[in-house]
Amino acid sequence: MLQPDAADVDRLRRLLLRAATAGVVVAGDLLQPPAVLAADWNREAFTATGLSEAMRAAGAGGSSASGGIVIKTVDIAENGAQVPVEVISNIPDSQSISIFIEKNPMPLAASLTFAGRAQARVRLQVKMAESSRIRVVVRAADGKNYHASREVKVTLGGCGA
Amino acid sequence: MGEAIRIRASLQGELTEIRFLMPHPMETGQRKDAGSGQLVPAHFIQTFSLTANGALLVGGQLNTAISRNPLFSFYARGLKAGDRIAVEWSDSKGDRRRDEVIIAEP
Repeated sequence: MLQPDAADVDRLRRLLLRAATAGVVVAGDLLQPPAVLAADWNREAFTATGLSEAMRAAGAGGSSASGGIVIKTVDIAENGAQVPVEVISNIPDSQSISIFIEKNPMPLAASLTFAGRAQARVRLQVKMAESSRIRVVVRAADGKNYHASREVKVTLGGCGA
Repeated sequence: MGEAIRIRASLQGELTEIRFLMPHPMETGQRKDAGSGQLVPAHFIQTFSLTANGALLVGGQLNTAISRNPLFSFYARGLKAGDRIAVEWSDSKGDRRRDEVIIAEP
């Protein structure tokens, strides 16, 4: 499904090299060796408190609905502190998967970038403050965004967890 | 530094499932300490990378909404026994941790 694409890998390498360099400059001392990806953390997107603001900052806006994104989760979560979510993208050349929990205080939960031999697929556990729609945005290599969503009812919120 | 990342890579023919658990409190900054009643400051993994023989497979950016002791599963094609799988994270306090495993014969 996801073929290794030399151009993509090169682009990621350059990104990583830039991130590592930026890490040295930001840290400014020898106690903080450059992190592989630390400089990449998208503060604006992750700290945004509104969904549309978070989506814009994450570059996840302007997406079309797609049946090629599979979201596996529970319909009802008894414990919002640990809600299992699996996302599988069948969209050709999927580059990244971003997961938004629409009613969380900060909607963007995670953003994953796939390279080389990795499949565009992830399983993780998220905290949900209350019942909410989970929206997944997949970015393809051509820069187009696609989305799908699933509703999850939460019995006991997990924000204080 | 944190506790060691626990990594399991299982060959399933052409596909390899890589699961890893990063022991971390993933504090949201919104939880009150039961004893003092004070808010526990946010402390969470912000980025991680998953590599095979040094080549990037997955780069991740995370928020406080990821559950405590984050557990991830990913899949990759064309890996083989003897390949070196590494996971590295860095958190909101600038701590980091890197661990690796060698894929075993199935």
